[in-house]
Amino acid sequence: MQFMLLFSRQGKLRLQKWYVPLSDKERKKISRDLVQTILARKPKMCSFLEWRDLKIVYKRYASLYFCCAVEDQDNELITLEIIHRYVELLDKYFGSVCELDIIFNFEKAYFILDEFLLGGEAQETSKKNVLKAIEQADLLQEKTIFHLQSVLEKNVICP
Amino acid sequence: MSDVVEKTLTALPSLLSLDSQPGSAKLSSTSKLGNLIRGITELTSKHEEEKLIQRELTSIKDQVSSPNTSMRQMKELMVRAIYCEMLGYEASFSYIHAIKLAQQGSVLDKRVGYLAVSLFLNESHELLLLLVNTVLKDLQSTNLIEVCMALTVVSQMFPKDMIPAILPLVEDKLNHPKEIIRRKAVLALYKFYLIAPNQVQHIHNKFRKALCDKDPGVMTASLHIYLQLIKENSEGYKDLTASFVTILKQVVGGKLPMDFNYHSVPAPWLQIQLLRILSLLGKNDQSTSEIMYEVLDESLRRAEMNHNITYAILYECVKCIYTIQPKSELLEKAAKCIGNFVLSPKINLKYLGLKALTYVVQQDPKLALQHQMTIIECLDHPDLIIKRETLELLFRITNGQNVTVIVEKMLDFLRISKDDYTTIDLVGKVAELAEKYAPDNEWFIETMNTVFSLGGDMMQPDIPNSFLKLLSEGFDSDEEDRKLRLFAVDSYVSLLQSEPNKLPQRFLQVISWVLGEYSHLSAELEPATVMTLLSKLLDLKHTSSETKSWVLMAMTKLCEGGVAISVAQDIYETHSSSMDTVLRQRAQELQHLSQDSELRGRVLPRDAGLMPLEVDSSLSFLDGFVSEALAAGAAPYKPPHQRQEELAQAKALSLEPYSLSLPISMSSCSIADRQSPTLMSMSSGLSGDSTDLSHKGGSTTLKLDGVKRVWGREGYLAQREPVEETAQVEVPSPLRSPSQQAEADSTQSQTPTPTVTPELEQDKQQLASSLFVGLGSQSSVCLMGKSDPTPQRFRRKAQGRASSSGASEKTPTSLGSTPSPVDNLLCNSLLDSNLVSEPTNQTPQASQSLDTTNGNCHEELTDVKENNPSLIHNNEEPDKPKDLCLSSHLPTELSGLSHSEITPLCSNQSVNLSACHVQKEDSLQLVIFIFNSSDSALQQMQLQVDSGELKLSLITDSPVEEVRSHSVAVCHYSVTVKRPSVHVEVLGMLSYQLPGGTPQTIQFSHKLPLTTFIRPLTLSTEEYGSMWLAFSQDTKQNLTLINDDQDPLTTTLNVLKKKLQLHVVEIIGVEGIVACQLVQDQPCLMHCRVHAGTLAVWLRSPVPDLPDCLLYHCQRALQEH
Repeated sequence: MQFMLLFSRQGKLRLQKWYVPLSDKERKKISRDLVQTILARKPKMCSFLEWRDLKIVYKRYASLYFCCAVEDQDNELITLEIIHRYVELLDKYFGSVCELDIIFNFEKAYFILDEFLLGGEAQETSKKNVLKAIEQADLLQEKTIFHLQSVLEKNVICP
Repeated sequence: MSDVVEKTLTALPSLLSLDSQPGSAKLSSTSKLGNLIRGITELTSKHEEEKLIQRELTSIKDQVSSPNTSMRQMKELMVRAIYCEMLGYEASFSYIHAIKLAQQGSVLDKRVGYLAVSLFLNESHELLLLLVNTVLKDLQSTNLIEVCMALTVVSQMFPKDMIPAILPLVEDKLNHPKEIIRRKAVLALYKFYLIAPNQVQHIHNKFRKALCDKDPGVMTASLHIYLQLIKENSEGYKDLTASFVTILKQVVGGKLPMDFNYHSVPAPWLQIQLLRILSLLGKNDQSTSEIMYEVLDESLRRAEMNHNITYAILYECVKCIYTIQPKSELLEKAAKCIGNFVLSPKINLKYLGLKALTYVVQQDPKLALQHQMTIIECLDHPDLIIKRETLELLFRITNGQNVTVIVEKMLDFLRISKDDYTTIDLVGKVAELAEKYAPDNEWFIETMNTVFSLGGDMMQPDIPNSFLKLLSEGFDSDEEDRKLRLFAVDSYVSLLQSEPNKLPQRFLQVISWVLGEYSHLSAELEPATVMTLLSKLLDLKHTSSETKSWVLMAMTKLCEGGVAISVAQDIYETHSSSMDTVLRQRAQELQHLSQDSELRGRVLPRDAGLMPLEVDSSLSFLDGFVSEALAAGAAPYKPPHQRQEELAQAKALSLEPYSLSLPISMSSCSIADRQSPTLMSMSSGLSGDSTDLSHKGGSTTLKLDGVKRVWGREGYLAQREPVEETAQVEVPSPLRSPSQQAEADSTQSQTPTPTVTPELEQDKQQLASSLFVGLGSQSSVCLMGKSDPTPQRFRRKAQGRASSSGASEKTPTSLGSTPSPVDNLLCNSLLDSNLVSEPTNQTPQASQSLDTTNGNCHEELTDVKENNPSLIHNNEEPDKPKDLCLSSHLPTELSGLSHSEITPLCSNQSVNLSACHVQKEDSLQLVIFIFNSSDSALQQMQLQVDSGELKLSLITDSPVEEVRSHSVAVCHYSVTVKRPSVHVEVLGMLSYQLPGGTPQTIQFSHKLPLTTFIRPLTLSTEEYGSMWLAFSQDTKQNLTLINDDQDPLTTTLNVLKKKLQLHVVEIIGVEGIVACQLVQDQPCLMHCRVHAGTLAVWLRSPVPDLPDCLLYHCQRALQEH
C-alpha cells in the first residue's frame, strides 16, 4: 500500500498515513486531487479508481471516506476489506465509533493503524491481537499517569 | 450534529475519565486540542481558519522552545502540531522537538513522539539521523512497549546508511519470546530488505526460521519478505513450494485459531499472500505447478460464501491458475468463476471480472466471446472506470477484423476523458493498434489524425516519430507508399485549410514535415499553395518556436517557382530579425536555398528519407579546407592541454627531471575521447536496459517496443477479402458467419438474455458481431498458445537500416553540425602524428611515464617476470611465432611499457593468434597478434571481439584486412569494465580467406582476471568518508590475517596493496581504510578491522558485484601469500 487517507464529506482530512517517501508538496497535491475526485463520484459507482499509475480503493462509512492507494497488480477487494477491518478495529476500540471519535482522538486512530498495518503491509490480521497490543500500551500509559500524578501531588503537598 | 457531539463527549475513552481526578494537567491539555478543533468547526471562512491556526502555531512554537515546558506538555503540543499539519499548515519547527520527545520522554510521551516523527518526516529527511540513537537505546530496553515502539518506527522509516548500526539488535529480536516483538522484527527486516537488499543478505536463513515460527502472525509477516524475494528470483525458492502449499492447506482447512477468521473465512490475507507466492513459483514450471493443483482446487471449492472476502480469494485463485502451467479442470472452474464476477450485479465485482478477463483473454479468447453481451453493456456503463477497463480488455482482443470498431470506441472514450494520464495511455494504444492492424490507407491516416488532435502535446513523443518513420521508410511497394503519402498530404492540406489554429503543436510539426517532404506527389498542388498555407501557421500566436522551425524547414524544401520564392522572401524578411536564433538561422537557410535551386537539390534531395544518411564523423570533407589554410600559413591546431603545456614550458624553467610524457597523455586522452560516443551508444543499446525501459513504459503508457511492427505488401493484399467480410457482418441483420453463430449459440445458455427493447438488442448484437469477429475460430485451437494468429494488415519493411532512422527524426536542426565529429577529428590527427613522430625518442619517455602513472612496484615485478616466461614458452612450442618477435610488434605507444606474458589464444595450420595486455592508468590495453604462418597472404581478414562484461574499443584506426605470409598483424584495443565479474572473458572470431581458398573462421576466448583492471584510488580520509556514505552496494566478510610480523594489519594490507594495486588511505590502530578503482572511474572502498585474529573487511561501491569480486581476489591474494 502506498498511502491511506481519511477525509470527511466536506473534504477535510482526518487522517493521513504515507508509506512511500513523498515531499510535503506532493502529499498535499495528491490528497487535494483525490479528495476532489472521490467526492465527485456517485454512491453507486465502483469503489475502485485508476489514478495516475495507482489504483485507488475507497469506501464511505457514514460521513467519513476511507481511501487507500495500492499498486495496479494488487488485489482491490482485499484492500477494501483492509479498510473494513480497520473500521471494525476502531469500532471495537471506541465502542461504536463515529467521526468525532477519530477527530478528537486521532492519535489513537494512528496507534491502531500502526498496529494493524506496518510499512504498508498488513501486520496483524487478528482483531484480538491488534487490540491486545493497543490495550497493553494504553494500560502502561495509565499506570504511568497514576505514577506521575502521585509524584506530582506529593511535590505539591510537601514542597 | 449536537447530539453526536454529546455522545462523543460521553463516550470519550478511558483516558478522559481518568483525568477527572483533581489537579490533572491532562484534562486541560485534551481540552486545548478540543478547543482548537471546536474552534475550527465553528468558523465559516477559510481565511478565519487560517488566522486561527497561525495563532495556534505561534503559541505552540513559543511553548515548545521554552525550557520550562515539561515532556508531558510537549506531548500535548505535538498532538496539536500534528493536527495543524494535517489541516495543511506547516509546523516544521516542531520536527526537532518530536525527535526530542521520542528521545527523552517517558514511555507514554515517547509513543506520541515516535508517532509525530513518523508522520512529520519521510525516509529521506535529514533529521531522521538524530533518531538513530534513540532507536538504538529503545531496542535494548527491557520494557516491551519501548521495544515495540522502536521496531514500529523502524519498519516505517529508517535512514538507509544507518541500518548496519541497528541490524544486529533487530536480528536478535527474531528470537524474542514475545511473538509481537518477533513479528515486528520480521517486518523491520522486510523494510530493510526493500531499501537496502544487500544489507540483509546474510540473514536469509533466519527468514526461514521466521517462516517456521509457531505463531501464525510471525509466519504471515515473513511471507512479505518471501513474496519480494521470489518476485526477484523465483528459481531460488522452488524448494519451499511444498511448504507454502502445506501452509495454505492448513489455513484453508481451518487449522488456525479462530481469531484469525474474518467474517468466518480463515485468515484471508494470509491465503492471498500464499496464492501470490504460489503463482510466482509455478509460472512456467510444470513440476512445481503440479504440486499446487490440489490446494488450488480446494481453495476454489471452499470459497463459496457470498461475501467480498471470498471473492477476493477467488480472484487471486483465478489469477494463480491462469499464471501457472495450465490444468484443464482448474481452468474450467476458474473460467466459471470469472463468469460469476462478470455477471454479478455488484459493480466492484464486475470491475474485477473485467480485470480478470483482461488478464486471461490472451490465453483464452473464448472467454471474451462467452461474455460478449456483458462486455458490450459495460462499454456503455455510466461509470468511466468500468468503461476504461472494458477498453483495456478490447485492446487485448483486437485483431485485423475488429480493429475499426474497437479503435472507434477508444477514440469515443478519449473525446470524453479529461484525465491526462488516461489520455496518454489510450492514445498510445490506439496508435499501436492503428499501425498494427490498419485495414487501409484512408483509415490509417484519419485515425492517426484523430490521435494527434486528441493526444495533443501530452502524448509520448515516439508516436509522431514512429509515424513519420513509417511514412518515410515505406513498405515493399512503391505504389502503395505513394498512395499513402499522397493521402496524408491531401488530408493535411484540407486540415490546414479549415482550422489550423485548433491543432496541437506536435500535429502541426508532423503536418509540416509531411507536406515539406511529400506535397510534390500531388500533381494539382502547387508548392506556392502549400507555402502559403504553411506561412499562415507562422502567424498564429499559439505556434511555438519549435513548430515554427519545423514549418520553416518544410518551406525550405518547397520553395520552388516564382510565387514560392517571393513567399520565401517575405518570410525571410519577417523572421530574419527574430529574437530566436534558431528561427533566424532557419530563415537564413530558407532565403539562401530558395535563391540557389541547385544547392537546394544537393542539400535537400527529394525522397531523402529513403536513402540512408551517411555521417562522415571524421569530417574528412574539411581536409581540403584545412590543408589550404595550412598552406596559407595558418598554425596547425593543437588541443587545449598541449597548448597549456607549451605555455607552461615557455613561461618557466622545468624543474622536473622529466616532463610529463606527451605520447602517453595524448593517447590516453584520445582513448577517453573516443570512448565517449561509443559508450553512449553501447549503453543505449544494452538489451537489458532497453527491455527494462520498455516494460516500465509499457505498464503505464504505450508498448511500442514490444510490438512487432510489420507492414508490407503481402499482408496488405491478403486482407482485402477479410475487409469485405467485415463489411458484410456489419449489415444490420444477424448475418454472422456460421462459425460465429455457432459459437454465440453455444454460449447463449450462459449469457443471460438482457431485457432490452428489440431494436436496442439488435444494435448490440451487431456491435458484438463486429467486436468479437475473428475470436471464435482461433479460440478452439490455442487455449494457452501465446502466438498471435491474427493476420497483420500492413507489413513494414524489414528494419535493417537502423542507422537511417535518423531520417525520420530529421528535425530542422539536422542542418546544424554536431560537435562530436570535431572531437574525433582531433583524436585521429593526434594519433597519427603521434604514431609517426614518436618512435625515435620513445624509450626513456615511456619508461618514465610508467613511474609517474603507476607509482607501484608491481609494474617492475611483472616486468622482470615477463621476459622469462616468454622464453620458456618459446622453447616448449617451437612452431609458435616467437614471443620476443611478437613483442616487437606491439603498437608504438605501448612498446616501452611492460606488458603481460604473451599467451597463445588459438591456432590452425595457417594462423596463430596470441594476446597480451598492458595496464595503463585509465584502461587496459589489449593487443591481439595475428601471425600468418602459411606461405600465402591472408585476405579479407576480419577480427571480431566481444565480451559481456567488458567494453572494447579498437585503437588501431583502420582494421587490418590483409596479412602477408609469415608476418604479423596487430589489433590493439582499449578495454574497460562494463560489469564486474571475478574473471572476465573476451570472445573473438577471426575470419579470413587464403587466396583461391574458401573463407575460414577460427574462434578463441581470452580470460582476464579482474585484478588487471584494478588501479589504486588516491584520496584523503575525508573524501573517503563522504564517498563511503554515498555507496549502496556492499559486502562484509572475515579474511585470514597474515601473522608473521608484529603489525599484522599493516603487513596484510601491504600484501593486498602489492598484489591488487590497492591504495592504503590510512591505518589507525586496528583499523585501516583502503581504496581502489576499477577502470574507468568505478571506485570501491574497503574498511578493515582486526578482530579476534581475523581481518573483518567491509567493502562498499556504487557498482553492483564489484565488492564481491574484489573480496574474492583479496581472499585469493592472501591465500597465495
